[in-house]
Amino acid sequence: MASIKRYKFKLSNEQLLEILYWLKLIRAFDERLSVLVRQGRVRSGVYSSIGQEAIVVGTCFGLEKEDYICPLHRDLGTFLMKGVSPGVMMAQMYAKATGLSKGRDSALHSGVPELGIFGNTSMLGANTPVAAGLALTFKLEQRRNVVLAYFGEGAANTGDVHEAMNVAAVHKLPVVFVCENNIYAYSVPIEKSMAIEDVADRAEAYGFDGVAINGNDVLAVYQAAQGAIARARAGDGPTLIECKTYRWHGHSEHDPAFYRTDEELAMWKSRDPLTTFTTYLRHRQVLTDEILIEIDQRVIREIDEAVAFAENSPDPDPSEAATDLLA
Amino acid sequence: MAREITYLDAIREALREEMRRDPQVFVLGEDVGAYGGAFGITKGLQEEFGEYRCLDMPISESCIIGVSVGASLRGFRPVAEMQFGDFITCGFDQIVNQAATLRYRYGGRVACPIVVRAPVGGNVAGGLYHSQNPESWFVHRPGLKVVAPSTAWDAKGLLKAAIRDNNPVIYLEHKYLYRRAKGPVPEGDEVVPIGQAAVRREGSDITLVTYAAMVMASLEAAERLSKEGVEVEVIDLRTLSPWDKGAVLASLEKTNRLAVVHEDVKTLGLGAEISATVMEERFEHLDAPVMRVTYPDSHCPFSAVLERENLPNADKIADALRKLAAY
Repeated sequence: MASIKRYKFKLSNEQLLEILYWLKLIRAFDERLSVLVRQGRVRSGVYSSIGQEAIVVGTCFGLEKEDYICPLHRDLGTFLMKGVSPGVMMAQMYAKATGLSKGRDSALHSGVPELGIFGNTSMLGANTPVAAGLALTFKLEQRRNVVLAYFGEGAANTGDVHEAMNVAAVHKLPVVFVCENNIYAYSVPIEKSMAIEDVADRAEAYGFDGVAINGNDVLAVYQAAQGAIARARAGDGPTLIECKTYRWHGHSEHDPAFYRTDEELAMWKSRDPLTTFTTYLRHRQVLTDEILIEIDQRVIREIDEAVAFAENSPDPDPSEAATDLLA
Repeated sequence: MAREITYLDAIREALREEMRRDPQVFVLGEDVGAYGGAFGITKGLQEEFGEYRCLDMPISESCIIGVSVGASLRGFRPVAEMQFGDFITCGFDQIVNQAATLRYRYGGRVACPIVVRAPVGGNVAGGLYHSQNPESWFVHRPGLKVVAPSTAWDAKGLLKAAIRDNNPVIYLEHKYLYRRAKGPVPEGDEVVPIGQAAVRREGSDITLVTYAAMVMASLEAAERLSKEGVEVEVIDLRTLSPWDKGAVLASLEKTNRLAVVHEDVKTLGLGAEISATVMEERFEHLDAPVMRVTYPDSHCPFSAVLERENLPNADKIADALRKLAAY
């Protein structure tokens, strides 16, 4: 089997299959969460990334342990790829004592310093100044590590994102700004919130490169990310990668998303990052039926185990409702 | 060895000593670099420690604090300067939602050792946006510590304590005291512990609880009352969160009368909290209602005539103390 040659950053067949595994694991995790929230087992705080998985996988694949990620609320997959087990992530969603925040908050509001994961607040875009701070320390310590800062096209309009991009540019900080443009900021379509077509255009105003890419093509995302990461590691400063994509579900699992048409959704489903990549791998003769079954079974097993772990985990101790406030 | 220096110089001395002691300590803010800060606090620090340990930042308060949070996550101890305490509103989210919640939402697995220095207070011809006293906003939020020194000694010792503390500390430095509060300051490494009030004057008739610039005015009023035969015990809180309840209650048990004086506005100021606490825990010790001498619920006007009308001073405090003694 030939390895991929047409890209600058080459991937072995094993790596391509690993990418497929991650795409499938993240998809399966979000699909299961969608069911669990409807069953009332998970209370809320579920922001599905279904349809956007290629961005998470394409940007995180190949990151070093010391590299830092500052994900947005939809990027549960980044936690998995950076090394948090599916069980712990599921327990976090269940608000169990074994979750990252021990039940203090839902979703991705908790981080893991030793794995280079920052957990943001609900204030979208507020993670980007923190990303700049993390990147500043890499610069001060003369390390070759990078920080990936994720935000949506909605958060692109916050002051924090502007301030962070500007500061990162001034000091050539090793940040890769990843804009997940899924067209809707909750219900408001992009044309109602900005007068330009590409968020990527804003990078030029700060003094660094911005590129708009197909966010549903995991290899395109990977190539763009690797280029930006290499520049950041070399001390050449930040890059903005705008990934055009679409979320299949509503803003949260509680949002029926009446503000968009069935035709629009169907069109984007035809650009499913998983289907596209699977077809590609088959075309390249990297993927066989046996391997596909093997991956699917592994994913189902891991999600089942994660749910079991969360279900069997204890609730937080009520005595800890007002602890861990101060160090 | 202690020698007499100003409050302003004491702050700079604490910064310099801490930066020499610990290479992870760095300063960032607007104009803090070659210019030395709007008040000259950071003068000479960039020269000694280089561009990145005394870092000029754009007018981006939110980013200044967000960068500090990010740096703290990688073991640094940033000291962020808000040019004026009034500007802290532009970084409010990064303080109350980001820094203050970090440890809680991480399940206690992380600390956030940042200091936000904020020059506060009126009586300096500052007008609406250069005179405010924002302490109650931060005292009201869990996950933060708030200190407000009144002497040069404490300005140094409390800043050292704040920098070494593993929590976000809001360090409120009163502009009126910068050059007026001159006094003995130890040359050595003396830390003033956070959470401990200081008795500035002993007395057996009335307990007066105050802090920051109002300590001076309160001591002056206490001297006047002493000539009238009323001995006022003046307690300087020094730390506003967590405030030293033990010291206040112990003094009240001796005097049975309590006055609270602060430059912050009356409604939901520290006086309200202290008064309510005393009511809950030492009701039987009160021989008179708790009295508050505070700023009215007003903005800080620019005109000297108007500002004088609003500011608490020794006359107003003495009047209240006489009423309290006569009750």
